[in-house]
Amino acid sequence: MAHIKLLNEELPGIVGLLNYRPETAAPLLVLAETLLRGPSNLTSGEREIIAASVSYWNQCHFCHTSHAAAAAAHLKSGIGLIDDIKAGLPETEVSDKLRALLHIAHQVQRNGKNVTEDDVAAARELGATDNEIHDTVLIAAAFCMYNRYVDGLGTWAPGPNEAYTEMGERMAHVGYGKS
Amino acid sequence: MPHINLPQEFPGIRSLFMFRPETAAPLNALVQTMLHNPHPTLSAGERELIATYVSRLNVCKYCCNIHGAIAQHHLDNNAELVRQVLANPETAPISDKLKALLKIAAKVQSGGKKVTEGDVAFARAEGATDIEIHDTVLIAAAFCMYNRYVDGLATWQPDDAALYDKMGEQRAREGYLTAPFKVNRTEEVSSGG
Repeated sequence: MAHIKLLNEELPGIVGLLNYRPETAAPLLVLAETLLRGPSNLTSGEREIIAASVSYWNQCHFCHTSHAAAAAAHLKSGIGLIDDIKAGLPETEVSDKLRALLHIAHQVQRNGKNVTEDDVAAARELGATDNEIHDTVLIAAAFCMYNRYVDGLGTWAPGPNEAYTEMGERMAHVGYGKS
Repeated sequence: MPHINLPQEFPGIRSLFMFRPETAAPLNALVQTMLHNPHPTLSAGERELIATYVSRLNVCKYCCNIHGAIAQHHLDNNAELVRQVLANPETAPISDKLKALLKIAAKVQSGGKKVTEGDVAFARAEGATDIEIHDTVLIAAAFCMYNRYVDGLATWQPDDAALYDKMGEQRAREGYLTAPFKVNRTEEVSSGG
């Protein structure tokens, strides 16, 4: 049970929190929509992989599984991608640039100051632009927020990967804050 | 030097807001809603103290200095109070409820799952409401984002206390949505700073 009395306790993860406090829900949803589905040099599938990876490193089951399912929906890969993200993507074909950006995201997850000039230079050498580096850092930072919000208030989350398939499709193809 | 090519006249997150206006809009709307807009029970000063304290725990110089300055201007220009909260909330002259909320904020900073039922029950016993607990967790979580954003791209974070005071006074008065002023860095550059 959540640490506070939500208006609808059946809503999982961040969904129950957004419903509880519409004032803060509005910018939180616009941010997710802009970061993950707005114009960017990175595809939405790549951005959802970054979001899902950071959420896994933060051990936030709800955010990890739902955003990995959204990545799977974008990439039409099947939900095996959810566990592959946990393992560091050994089975999924992703660019070396994305792997370098995921390394930067992992540094941000620990603390912003962990990102070194070498990390950035390595990503640049593989073709990453300023915009892509910016978006990677901000997505990683934002999921350090969403994850703490969801876990810090003790929300509940469905267990099995299969329970997230439909949610992932909606996140990928309808969007955030849209019904 | 910043990791990406940012406008030089703006410090910290303001340089990032200029670089990427699309994400600046919701980031700025969020901080305005959490910290500046009217709140049923927590004052803007109390909310700014939570933001400042979390930024200190994340060792983010820019965020800690600017929100500390904003808090100070909300709290009768009491710099000593801000200093005491940052040094040790337990012994600072603030309410027991705010002390309990700052404990929850510190837990959130080290990881969302660290917040226990006991922490929440303790805050409730000191008079905290559900909305206050919710907002404390969200403010703490959000500053784990802002701090990482500002540090992760190695933005310019000045040392000039007078500059933070001037910016803090502006934000306490106007909120977050008005234009930032440009900082003339010629002097800093020529003095080798």
